[in-house]
Amino acid sequence: MVDTGKKTDRKDVIVEVKDLNFYYDNVQALFDISMDIPVRQVTALIGPSGCGKSTFLRTLNRMNDIIHGTRVTGTVIVDGEDIYKSNMDVVSLRKKIGMVFQKSNPFPKSIFDNVAYGPRIHGIKDKMKLTEIVERSLKRAAIWEEVKDRLDKNALDLSGGQQQRLCIARALAVDPEILLLDEPASALDPKSTAHIEDLILELKKDFTIIIVTHNMQQAGRISDLTAFFFEGKLIEFGKTKQIFTNPVNKQTEDYITGRFG
Amino acid sequence: MKSKAWKEKAARLIFTGASSTAILIVLLIFLFLFKEALPFIKDPGISKLFDTSWRPVSFQGESYGIIPLITGSFLVTVLATVIAVPFGVIGAVYISEVSRKYEREFLKPFIELLAGIPSVVIGFFGLIVLAPFIKAVFGLQSGLTALTGALLLALMAIPTIISISEDAINSVPSTFKEASYAVGASRLQTIWKVTVPASISGITAAVMLGMGRVIGETMAVLMVTGNAAIVTLSPFESVRTMTATIAAEMGEVPFGSEHYRALFWVGIVLLIITFGLNMIAQKVFSKYGGRQ
Repeated sequence: MVDTGKKTDRKDVIVEVKDLNFYYDNVQALFDISMDIPVRQVTALIGPSGCGKSTFLRTLNRMNDIIHGTRVTGTVIVDGEDIYKSNMDVVSLRKKIGMVFQKSNPFPKSIFDNVAYGPRIHGIKDKMKLTEIVERSLKRAAIWEEVKDRLDKNALDLSGGQQQRLCIARALAVDPEILLLDEPASALDPKSTAHIEDLILELKKDFTIIIVTHNMQQAGRISDLTAFFFEGKLIEFGKTKQIFTNPVNKQTEDYITGRFG
Repeated sequence: MKSKAWKEKAARLIFTGASSTAILIVLLIFLFLFKEALPFIKDPGISKLFDTSWRPVSFQGESYGIIPLITGSFLVTVLATVIAVPFGVIGAVYISEVSRKYEREFLKPFIELLAGIPSVVIGFFGLIVLAPFIKAVFGLQSGLTALTGALLLALMAIPTIISISEDAINSVPSTFKEASYAVGASRLQTIWKVTVPASISGITAAVMLGMGRVIGETMAVLMVTGNAAIVTLSPFESVRTMTATIAAEMGEVPFGSEHYRALFWVGIVLLIITFGLNMIAQKVFSKYGGRQ
């Protein structure tokens, strides 16, 4: 019943999740999730609120570590490395897997310092090098033209859509391979949302993108694969086109056609 | 309808009245200070205030130089701040970001309790315990020094700094921290590069309030600094602060005498300094704090 997308070639798999269970204290939030996420594709995670899609996303870069009382069983293999092994270097993991959050969260610093934050954390001090990284990252996040003349201005003066693209630039500045996007456009107006969606389609040439969204049309527009979560379980995972036009599972169909959720 | 409008008017009047009373009282205090101090300008002359010694009762001729009192206050305040700020800020960071929940539940009320100890009790502790300790450690003739006073004042300022800084650090949105962790920052990097800078306005306010408490504190410094009005910047000398001078001498000074008026000048200088401190705090606050 659960289609784990195994039709893709093994070589193309960048994230391999096996029998993943997740607990907040004694409450189980994820049940036996197994899925293979292909490289340089957009994978959308959909499902009603509280279905575990965001929790799942946060297990991929171990962001749940900072919440007390959480527990994980099963394996998540990124680039051939089990990220939950005891001697895993979380810093290098998070460098490899960038994350952008639902609410844009630039630091109350200048635009430049926001983007340069990651590289500086990882020890780059050379001003020339930083300037180059900042420019490249802002260009990649399609915001360079709007901010190039005011890099020293406070990032909080930007509009909501610009702030979110700045956050994407900040994530790109440490050269990740994978980008996790947690409902990145849910707080934005339609124009800014379209901007972000165009950007995602552009970024997928270089990055593997995993995006949580509650917007069905958005998942349809931008993703290659879609995973439907419900009550902490992965119900169906496959090509977006197939999930939207010909879902195997009854619950998936009901959700997509708007019967619940 | 009509009675409602009347009520509005009455309420407005009461609020305006209450707030202007506060302003009026401050103005009256200013006025009173100046009224009592002003005659000193003509006789014996304002330049007497710039003498380097404070000897208001003397057979060889009195002198009312407030410079030793200013340096005394300055020395004790700066020393106390230098001691209190690192402890206060690091303590606040620890409680807010590092400590476990049960530690926090113990530490916070305890520190707030420390803030409530009467200064005379702290002064007593300083006199009996700290002063002999300082004397022994540094091999001094007397343990009643600027350093002793500064340590006690730091002890009094630390709870204020911790408590207010901790509130400021705690109110930094967790989204900032998540963003920092997400690019691979460690907990320590996140604390010093994101959390503390984001709460710098609150921390500054905390430090300023702590300094305010230090410079205005009277009883503890009166008890442990030795009260020798000499111009010095050595922490191991006895000093006399402005507050201690007023507290010690105002009760016995003949009303309307030169000495009496000189004490009012000390009060004015003290007022101007605290006023200046508040202004600086406001400036810093609006520069860094306007956005949060």
